[in-house]
Amino acid sequence: MKLLTHNLLSSHVLGVGPRGFPLSLQATEGRINPVEFNPDFMAWMILKVEWAALLEAADTLHLMEVPKELTEAYMNEETFLRKMHHVLLEVDVLEGTLQCPESGRVFPISRGIPNMLLNDEETKTVESHSQRGPSKLPAASKLLAAS
Amino acid sequence: MDTNHQSNIKLSKTEKKFLRKQIKARNTLLRHEGIEAVSYATQSLVVANGGLGNSVSRKQLLPVLEKCGLVEALLMPPNKPYSFVRYTTTEESRKAYVTLNGKEIVDDLGQKIILYLNFVEKAQWKEMGLQPLPPGLMVVEEIISSEDEKMLLESIIWTEDTDNQNFQKSLKHRRVKHFGYEFHYENNNVDKDKPLPGGLPDICDSILEKWLKKGYIKHKPDQLTVNQYEPGHGIPPHIDTHSAFEDEIVSLSLGSEIVMDFKHPDGVTVQVMLPRRSLLVMTGESRYLWTHGITPRKFDTVQASEHYKSGIITSDIGDLTLSKRGIRTSFTFRKVRHTPCNCSYSSVCDSQRKETPPSFPESDKEASQLEQEYVHRVYEEIAGHFSSTRHTPWPRIVEFLKALPSGSIVADIGCGNGKYLGINKELYMIGCDRSQSLVDICREKHLQAFVCDALAIPVRSGSCDACISVAVIHHFSTAERRVAALQELVRLLRPGGKALIYVWAMEQEYNNQKSKYLKENKISQGKKEISDTSVQRQLVEQMPNANSQDSAASVPSIQEGGCNSRKVTNSELPIHTNRTTFHSQDVLVPWHLKGNLGKDKPVEPFGPIRSHDPGSVFHRYYHVFCDGELEAACQTLSNVSILQSYYDQGNWCVILQKI
Repeated sequence: MKLLTHNLLSSHVLGVGPRGFPLSLQATEGRINPVEFNPDFMAWMILKVEWAALLEAADTLHLMEVPKELTEAYMNEETFLRKMHHVLLEVDVLEGTLQCPESGRVFPISRGIPNMLLNDEETKTVESHSQRGPSKLPAASKLLAAS
Repeated sequence: MDTNHQSNIKLSKTEKKFLRKQIKARNTLLRHEGIEAVSYATQSLVVANGGLGNSVSRKQLLPVLEKCGLVEALLMPPNKPYSFVRYTTTEESRKAYVTLNGKEIVDDLGQKIILYLNFVEKAQWKEMGLQPLPPGLMVVEEIISSEDEKMLLESIIWTEDTDNQNFQKSLKHRRVKHFGYEFHYENNNVDKDKPLPGGLPDICDSILEKWLKKGYIKHKPDQLTVNQYEPGHGIPPHIDTHSAFEDEIVSLSLGSEIVMDFKHPDGVTVQVMLPRRSLLVMTGESRYLWTHGITPRKFDTVQASEHYKSGIITSDIGDLTLSKRGIRTSFTFRKVRHTPCNCSYSSVCDSQRKETPPSFPESDKEASQLEQEYVHRVYEEIAGHFSSTRHTPWPRIVEFLKALPSGSIVADIGCGNGKYLGINKELYMIGCDRSQSLVDICREKHLQAFVCDALAIPVRSGSCDACISVAVIHHFSTAERRVAALQELVRLLRPGGKALIYVWAMEQEYNNQKSKYLKENKISQGKKEISDTSVQRQLVEQMPNANSQDSAASVPSIQEGGCNSRKVTNSELPIHTNRTTFHSQDVLVPWHLKGNLGKDKPVEPFGPIRSHDPGSVFHRYYHVFCDGELEAACQTLSNVSILQSYYDQGNWCVILQKI
């Protein structure tokens, strides 16, 4: 599981809603997979990332490359984009867990695959389905608006 | 790196060689495992080559490390060629670094191994929580004496020629002998009317009486299977056939200990140590629902501490070591069942499957059960074959993905083998599927995928620029669930984001054109598929026929259940004949398993959940959509506008946009 994928994942335990994000990541095994660098693509991805969540995940993996805050100055800097390319696309978590920050439910990551299946009690029923909270916009979209 | 031994200004040739190797080890650990070594001294070291995966056991490594100081912890992750050691002081770890780098030790197989050490900030492994034993499982230690063990082992004569008395077979991975009744591996059952002469060996009688008296077992077994496993042998994961044997199954481990793997259908795996001379008792859930098996290998990863004998092997890597397997002989006692099984695990019960053909679901719970049995389980079983038939992406879906702006985040909900995930390199695509086996296939292709249900997708709301749902929604068995799945899909989209949805059409002939599905029917239409399942034999097409041409004329509403074919109560689901027109919207579509099976499928299973022979037929549930039905369902969603709807090769398709 790449950290960019982690940044998209959110807990879906019944009743948790937007408070299920971000999933707390614990990695016991990881790997670096080289991926071809595409600066334009990276610049787009960075705008879509929830920064605080990425920072937290990178921190648990001891990846020092992520700046505390994303500022516009970084956006066109290639060294920054390369660092983020490495963090978001090349780091691959193979074994570990994802934990729901609200319910504490732990989801295993095995051979790089998060298993996010819930049991019956944890699943929302079809009836309660539409009662989800309002959708949350990615924080980075603010940055887009500003620029 | 050399700040720690500055005194060694001039390195000898050997020292230089070790230093090179040490740096190489350091780079390898970083590249393959993400373990970052540091160039200053810390309390912790990563010991390359000194790992369980290299056949180095705890009892070999620990004394070597302890020569340099007090070891606070030695973490040995399973199957890894390295371990982590933490000393109480930096001085001690520095001493280990200097003296043990390049040190040669002899592993469990007698081979020489050279250790390379590097400092690390901390060991990057976390302990996992303790798992409980599967419910209904018990391991009774030291249940018989060494004398009885010897006697039992000697009572079994493994003759080369098979006599008629007790059926001996040399299976691929073990030797086996049956008493009381012969177990037939062809159908994973016993011939209940043909008991073997001689019954169980006399020697077992007093032992069984004792167990009955002590309450370890409640019923006296009448069937015995003796298996002999040499190191490296194993038995594929299986559930003993429900209809063949009663609840209680007990197995005596003789000659050597073994680690047995238990697996719940949800994927939870528990490894249980069965010590020599112990009795494994499986009842209830552990007997009916969990599979058990022995991985063929020569070493088991086991708990190092003495007080652990039987029970769970935890992933506490501070306490793992290797145990070399010996020859283990198991005596498995079972009682032959003479009435159909009525356990509460119907999803894996062969007795109950045959007696209850699926019917149209009356409630959400029934719908979920139907999908579990006739969608999820089937994909799990057919994944390998299914994937091999799904290599060509559909052109109009490719077109949709190629037209998305660069840098879009796209989720494929129900991604199957991931054939769309790599279509456009300018997108970031994630996929998910309910089937672990299919997601495994995605992962092998280095695609980003995870396991989840389409009714509860673990992706944050509004995070996707686009979603695709190809051949997924038609597997939900009520209108409410289909709408809920669509709503969940829309939840992922940002405002302005688009979703492409494909479902199978009831109308396989549209504008006087036969779909590819019909055209590929090589045998004449209407000819019945040959099937050997009892389900099929019991089912007749009881549903009123819907003429697709007629139904297309009126726009159906979801509430009324779509086309005129759905007004059915208490109805068993009809089985569709492959490559023919549909006669009902809710059908079971046969899948004929062919060719090579998945690599980890059992070779000679005891009684797998279902027979996997090529030629097996599996039935997948489908709700095929009528003209207009998918749009009608989409119109009930909030914040959505339909951009486009079309018919494509026997499928109804919609592109919608979140407002």
